[in-house]
Amino acid sequence: MSRTPTPGQTVGPFFHYALPYDGDAELVPPTRADAIRLHGRVYDGAGDPVPDALVEIWQTGPDGVVPQVAGSLVRDGYTFTGFGRAATDRTGHYQFTTLRPGGATPYFAVTVFARGLLDRLFTRAYLPGAAPAELASLAAEADDRGFVFDIRLQGENETVFLTYAQD
Amino acid sequence: MTETQAEISAEIAAISKEYDSAGVAETAVRRDYPPYRSSILRHPTKAAKQVDPEGLELWAPVFGQRDVDPLEADLTIQHSGEPLGERMVVTGRVTDGEGRPVRHQLVEIWQANGGGRYIHQRDQHPAPLDPNFTGMGRCLTDADGFYRFTTIKPGPYPWRNHRNAWRPAHIHFSLFGHEFTQRLVTQMYFPGDPLFALDPIYQAIVDPAARARLLATYDHDLTTPEWATGYRWDIVLTGSHRTPTEEDVEQ
Repeated sequence: MSRTPTPGQTVGPFFHYALPYDGDAELVPPTRADAIRLHGRVYDGAGDPVPDALVEIWQTGPDGVVPQVAGSLVRDGYTFTGFGRAATDRTGHYQFTTLRPGGATPYFAVTVFARGLLDRLFTRAYLPGAAPAELASLAAEADDRGFVFDIRLQGENETVFLTYAQD
Repeated sequence: MTETQAEISAEIAAISKEYDSAGVAETAVRRDYPPYRSSILRHPTKAAKQVDPEGLELWAPVFGQRDVDPLEADLTIQHSGEPLGERMVVTGRVTDGEGRPVRHQLVEIWQANGGGRYIHQRDQHPAPLDPNFTGMGRCLTDADGFYRFTTIKPGPYPWRNHRNAWRPAHIHFSLFGHEFTQRLVTQMYFPGDPLFALDPIYQAIVDPAARARLLATYDHDLTTPEWATGYRWDIVLTGSHRTPTEEDVEQ
């Protein structure tokens, strides 16, 4: 029996004391030898940074396996849970310390929330070279310690957002 | 912030009229809803690209006992004294689009205090902060998909979308399903709020039946004598893409 989903609403301006938590954006400690950084900026349709957005990632480990272990809210520094959350700063910048995702087409699944954004947005940040042709614009760029992935909510070069086919 | 409520209400009415005459039912919130001014530059203008969820997206993060202290479900015991306002219990069931319970999964809430003030530095509403109320809670759903919080009924609060703009009282909810694709952040409202018709965030769900899905119901059986009122609100996440396992279909 199919039920109609509950509609979404904006995350609003006041999530900062509720959703961020200690260690939210550090899926692994930055001191770990194989730690990488995924970071970027969130922009609005005028090209201005969005300082009140929240970005979440969900990913495989380097072995390509989808983690199914608890511990994302209380990190122990050793367990890789595959989930992270980062609020953007005053300059619209977000960053995660994590591991390189593995598998045949490695990517970070990304969810975006913001004040002014009435419903969450899904996208993917592919490792360079991994994106299929039709999602080529969703390639992250390599930098010295990891990958850069900017998110443009609107306008020229608007990020390709995704919806998932229902059976 | 020069527009009046009357001007915003006229925009809301025009969109509603257009929706009624189009005759195509919508169940989701619109991201492009100009009466909510902050949405104007923050909604995508291109249609989302439909993809098949891959292996990763067919799974969701797992949260467990280690992540959430059971006491976090009671927002009235986080400080040394009792918070001011109407103590209430809110409970309900989280299911997926096929009606299966979303078990042992994280629910996060946040809200204003009884006076309509958020404990957030950007909230400059001159209503009092309550030293005994933070307004943030977490719990895991139980084996049948039920969540339950004890809290204080939030007050309505002013915001700056337009002149004399007030949000209906609400509690923010953040939910995970058993798949990445089911992630939901929304708001729960209280029945009969006089601010509903005036609020461009609530009205951004243009379909009246869809809007009603965000309304809790007062449940006197949930109200406890001389202690707390009770509200019930069930949440339905999007359909599941994964082939149901035996554990999913049992119950």
